[in-house]
Amino acid sequence: MAKRIETVELSCFYGKTKAVDDVSIAIEPKSVTAFIGPSGCGKSTFLRALNRMHEVVPGARIEGQVLLDDEDIYAPEIDAAAVRRTIGMVFQRPNPFPTMSIYDNVAAGLRLNGLRRKSELDSAVERSLRSANLWDEVRSRLNKPGAGLSGGQQQRLCIARAIAVEPQVLLMDEPCSALDPISTLAIEDLIFELKDRYTIVIVTHNMQQAARVSDVTAFFTLRGPGEPGYLVEADTTQKIFTNPSEKRTEDYITGRFG
Amino acid sequence: MTAVSPGVDAASLRDVRSSRRGDRVFSGVTVVAGALVFALLGAIAVFLVVKAMPALQHDKSSFWTTKIWDPDATGRYGVAALVFGTVLSSVLALAMAVPVALGVAVYTVEYAPRRVGRFLGYLTDMLAAVPSVVYGLWGLFFLLPHLVGTQTFLNRWLGWIPLFSGAHGDVNTFSKSVFAASVILAIMVLPIVAAISREVIGQVDPAQKEAALALGATRWEMLRTAVFPPSRPGIVSAVMLGLGRALGETIAVALVIGNTFDISAHVLTPGGNTIAANIANRFGEAGALGRSALIASGLVLFVITLLVNLIARYVIYRSGVEERSAAV
Ligand SMILES: Nc1ncnc2c1ncn2[C@@H]1O[C@H](COP(=O)(O)OP(=O)(O)OP(=O)(O)O)[C@@H](O)[C@H]1O
Ligand SMILES: [Mg+2]
Repeated sequence: MAKRIETVELSCFYGKTKAVDDVSIAIEPKSVTAFIGPSGCGKSTFLRALNRMHEVVPGARIEGQVLLDDEDIYAPEIDAAAVRRTIGMVFQRPNPFPTMSIYDNVAAGLRLNGLRRKSELDSAVERSLRSANLWDEVRSRLNKPGAGLSGGQQQRLCIARAIAVEPQVLLMDEPCSALDPISTLAIEDLIFELKDRYTIVIVTHNMQQAARVSDVTAFFTLRGPGEPGYLVEADTTQKIFTNPSEKRTEDYITGRFG
Repeated sequence: MTAVSPGVDAASLRDVRSSRRGDRVFSGVTVVAGALVFALLGAIAVFLVVKAMPALQHDKSSFWTTKIWDPDATGRYGVAALVFGTVLSSVLALAMAVPVALGVAVYTVEYAPRRVGRFLGYLTDMLAAVPSVVYGLWGLFFLLPHLVGTQTFLNRWLGWIPLFSGAHGDVNTFSKSVFAASVILAIMVLPIVAAISREVIGQVDPAQKEAALALGATRWEMLRTAVFPPSRPGIVSAVMLGLGRALGETIAVALVIGNTFDISAHVLTPGGNTIAANIANRFGEAGALGRSALIASGLVLFVITLLVNLIARYVIYRSGVEERSAAV
């Protein structure tokens, strides 16, 4: 199920502006990798380049390579939609489809893949909602609109929607930043469970969260205002938080540098 | 509001009061404006009913079923053919206009490069501003002769559908027909439906579109999953507005429709009529009863339009209810 992602000298551009400069990193399967760094250093941009969501922005493009188990996902013969089906994404702001029921939200991706049989959809929806720790809360109102859930429930619904299509990798961009501490814990527990089956990348501004959930932490920053972001170092979370190799990382972790 | 901060003196408190007066004036104005709309609608309805009365009383039994319009000479008249032609031409016009209008709207918002999209938007809005008499004259002198080929084609290949059937000599000649009226109406309705749909589709939350794309949707699948469902109520009201315009369009239709009184679904053959076109064509030389009869037909059109609007409201209301129940 889980696959390895590797970037080779990956740079991301918005038009002529370079937002991310020359990042090479390997993200191991069945692990949680956290991206941390100051605002504007390109964490979201880099994350979105990993499943070709970056190019959805008009004028956005990349240089370099992104390898999924050694296959270049930007190769000309590769279909971006197929890449995104393999590498799922959860966004900062919960974004369930507002006109769809809870059930239909989770089934949306499966239906896009051509799954039509009611029994198969039913079991896949239940399985995904269970994996997202949401089943017990919504089982009695699957036909109610997804927009009627609380923010934390909506985010878990979005996670259920993303894992329903059984992706190899799950990318999460600050999935808890709009949530209260209890919902945040629920999602952190969930990440911990999902790690057995998926390769997970999470962007977070919350150091404790990175320390709690991740195995590997990558620290990004920028050299100055208006400069592109770059990767300072990536190492085991343990090492980054206790004994980082770079002074800049230590300064950021200990709060001496924004 | 007990503590007053040092900078706030009596003068600024008076300011607050005067702006409250502004509030009162403004809300007064809006109430009057609202009441005025209501009164106008009522006045129109009353006028129509009062003026139509003589004709309705004169001919109780067959106003709905008669297919003749001859009030002044023989006293026989009825709206059957007119209502039929009105509804048929409008529905046909929508059938032609709505797919194209939606295509234009989707292309403008989702596919066209930004500058092309904006230019297309201007063009559509300008098309909506062309006066209907211009459409009518253009239809009469340019479109009609050029429709002959299309009519022949439709009759030849789709003639097995009653709509497009007809005698050879009828369908392949230059003719004022329901079909010609529908095409003109379609062109007139197109920009309205396209412009409103464009606005509605443009309002869709980009986060929803990204959600669909991130699930591996292609562009078309993204439209189907994330763009069309929330746009539906808005598109429905766009179509209903277009239908309203088509039903009531007068001069453009009067110029290109056959002005006959038969109920015939063969839209390619010469003939056809609508309520509005009939009023425009006959009002000038109508006598007292004739005028009353025409106004009675106007009342029927008024009711049809009202019904269309009510249905549209209901459709929009119902999808609104669906969404609001989301808050439960
Ligand atoms: N759609 C866009 N168009 C143009 N520039 C963009 C766009 N999105 C981001 N940028 C720019 O790219 C750079 C990196 O932005 P990005 O959102 O990736 O940062 P981030 O690390 O995720 O920040 P945050 O922690 O605040 O979310 C910034 O300079 C930003 O202004
Ligand atoms: Mg970000």
